[in-house]
Amino acid sequence: MRSGAAIGLESVTFSYGETPMRFDFALPASSIAAVMGPSGSGKSTLLNLIAGFEKPASGRIRIGGEDVTELAPARRPVSMVFQENNLFAHLDVFSNVGLGRSPSLALSGDDRADVTEALARVGLEGKERRLPRELSGGERQRVALARVLVRKRPVLLLDEPFASLGPALRQEMLDLLRELHAEQGMTVLMVTHHPEDARAIAGKVVFLEDGTVTAVGDTPAFFSDAGPKSFRRYIGR
Amino acid sequence: MNAPRATDRRVLAGILALGVVAILVGGAFAGLAVEAARDWSGAVSAFDPYLMRVARFTLWQAVLSTLLAVVPALFVARALARQAHFPGRALILRLFALPLALPAIVVALGVLALLGRAGIFADFLSAIGGGRWQGIYGLSGILVAHVFFNLPLAARLFLLALETVPADQLRLAGQLGMGARSSFRFVEWPVLRAALPGVAGLVFMLCITSFTIVLTLGGGPRATTLEVAIYQALRFDFDPARAVALTVLQIVLTAVVVILLMRVGANMSGDANLQVAARVPVSTSGTEKAFNFLLIAAALAFVAGPMAATVIAGLGADLARLAADPAVHQAILTSLVLAALSAFLCVALSTALVMARRAMELKRPAGKTPGIVEKALDTGASFVLVVPPIVVGAGWFILLRQTGQVFAIAPVMVVAVNAVMAMPFAIRAIRPAHDAASARHEKLCAALGISGLARLRLVDWPTLRRPLGTATAFAMALSLGDLGVIALFGSDAVQTLPYLLLARMGAYRTADAAGLALFLGILCLVLMLVADRTGKARG
Repeated sequence: MRSGAAIGLESVTFSYGETPMRFDFALPASSIAAVMGPSGSGKSTLLNLIAGFEKPASGRIRIGGEDVTELAPARRPVSMVFQENNLFAHLDVFSNVGLGRSPSLALSGDDRADVTEALARVGLEGKERRLPRELSGGERQRVALARVLVRKRPVLLLDEPFASLGPALRQEMLDLLRELHAEQGMTVLMVTHHPEDARAIAGKVVFLEDGTVTAVGDTPAFFSDAGPKSFRRYIGR
Repeated sequence: MNAPRATDRRVLAGILALGVVAILVGGAFAGLAVEAARDWSGAVSAFDPYLMRVARFTLWQAVLSTLLAVVPALFVARALARQAHFPGRALILRLFALPLALPAIVVALGVLALLGRAGIFADFLSAIGGGRWQGIYGLSGILVAHVFFNLPLAARLFLLALETVPADQLRLAGQLGMGARSSFRFVEWPVLRAALPGVAGLVFMLCITSFTIVLTLGGGPRATTLEVAIYQALRFDFDPARAVALTVLQIVLTAVVVILLMRVGANMSGDANLQVAARVPVSTSGTEKAFNFLLIAAALAFVAGPMAATVIAGLGADLARLAADPAVHQAILTSLVLAALSAFLCVALSTALVMARRAMELKRPAGKTPGIVEKALDTGASFVLVVPPIVVGAGWFILLRQTGQVFAIAPVMVVAVNAVMAMPFAIRAIRPAHDAASARHEKLCAALGISGLARLRLVDWPTLRRPLGTATAFAMALSLGDLGVIALFGSDAVQTLPYLLLARMGAYRTADAAGLALFLGILCLVLMLVADRTGKARG
């Protein structure tokens, strides 16, 4: 099993328009954490900071002990899956996955074999030449996961990746994600609004309110009667 | 943030493009300033009653043209929106796109072929008017031609606005049993009203800076606009002082109009075409249906008339002789080369501006207002609408007058001025596609490390091919049909097709002119068609 990398945010501050945000927490390597919290609490911003799409005003971000604060997104040991727009609409499935190996699409024979294997792993065998618009929403997210596989980065960030899928499809994708995690062992941070997502796959919950992490803990504890009050209020219990 | 070097390169290219535009416009202003300083009293004394009358007429014809084009367009657009499904609707919309592709001089000849003294309707008009029909010159000719250009344009823009009405709102209106009147009041009019200032402003600007139509259809000093007067002052009266006065007045006039339009919130450079879901069929009553189709048919006749007349008159010419005429060959070749260069320059400059603006927008922290450079990249190009080609041409003409190289510089002026003039339109074609693609791809490219040439090849080129093709074709057609700059700088040495056409018209070789107009019109249309096809081939 490959292994993930620990994530640490040390006094990271960021201001988005009017709202000042401050993040200070750590996650052990190879854990799966559900990032939860009300709308506007900074869940996506947190992921964007770790991925490098946003730059903190102050503080450090460490991945696997290394300071990545100044690194460009592509140079960080991170893959990210968005809710939408994970694929280039004019490129076929194979190319979209291949870009995860080479940003200029210069693929060796081994790379090609890896791409084909990754696509088979996510259940898209034989759909290499399809264009994204010829796929269902669930299939498109599978392509994104196949790219995650060929990139082999120790951290995987998912920003409401399955929000636009139906319940059965979402369950399938969660199962696939759990399997991929079992194989690659990457550290996973997934933004979700659904408590059942967290209970299904996440060992930990990171709870945000008003631009700051107010609680981090094990999922069973969070969902028990002894869980944080604000979290229980948020999920309606 | 991400890939800072690539971002800086994009911004640098945009600033460079802005510099080219600034030099072109600045050089023209320098020419005017130098001349005004040299002959100050001459320029001041040129502000005489005649000049004021010309200014008044310029405004008056633009106001009338705008009213006559925009008000009917509101109803034509509404009719087309409400009759969303009938055979030929798509064809009509395509036909409505044609006038924009047609050179003004071709349209002028089409109007003359239809309504001129020897036009197709001349006998009919003589019969109902009593006495010999004198032909449609002067204000009425100008108005007919302007409405021909702008009614379909305005109708299409309004239709676009109407298509932004959410489908659910239409369903709701149907469920509430709204008839034609109340759905106009509650559903259609609010959208149209929002689009009105922008559309009317665009049409007004096009009419106030219209040169070719007034030159060819305006009759004598009674129906002359500032632009035509500038041309006459430079080419016939050799009176640069008067040209300076006229040019200053034209700039002030257009600047005032632009400022007023910006106050009411009109977007001079146009905005993204919103993507729309399939239209919900609106159920219309029998009378409304009849009224709608009558309206559409009338608009169709008005737009198709001059085009058909151009074809008929053109076919009447001795086409075989024209096709064998070396002067025609030379003019076509000159036109094509200049137009291709102009289109290339236009698209390169426009793309640089679009990319630079977006790059700066991405770099800017959220919530911060854009800085001056970003604003200049944003609206800089649309300001060329304030300085029409004739004004830029006049400035450079005056500046270069003493060098004796005025006519040698003709090709450069035609290419550069037409390129810059087409920029607002090219940007309108490129920017929505570019920015939408950027919104989808920017993060992904950053995450995967796709930048530089790889990004251009794999991401930008495939998504921008089509709008770039459209922009190129549009810029080329615009340049191909332009008579403004070449009218000033043209000579026996450098003749474009429109210039040759004007010369034949001036020599009363009407049949030749009609034949050449047919050539020119077909050339522009084929260009549009080819680009449209290649653009669509892989999308």
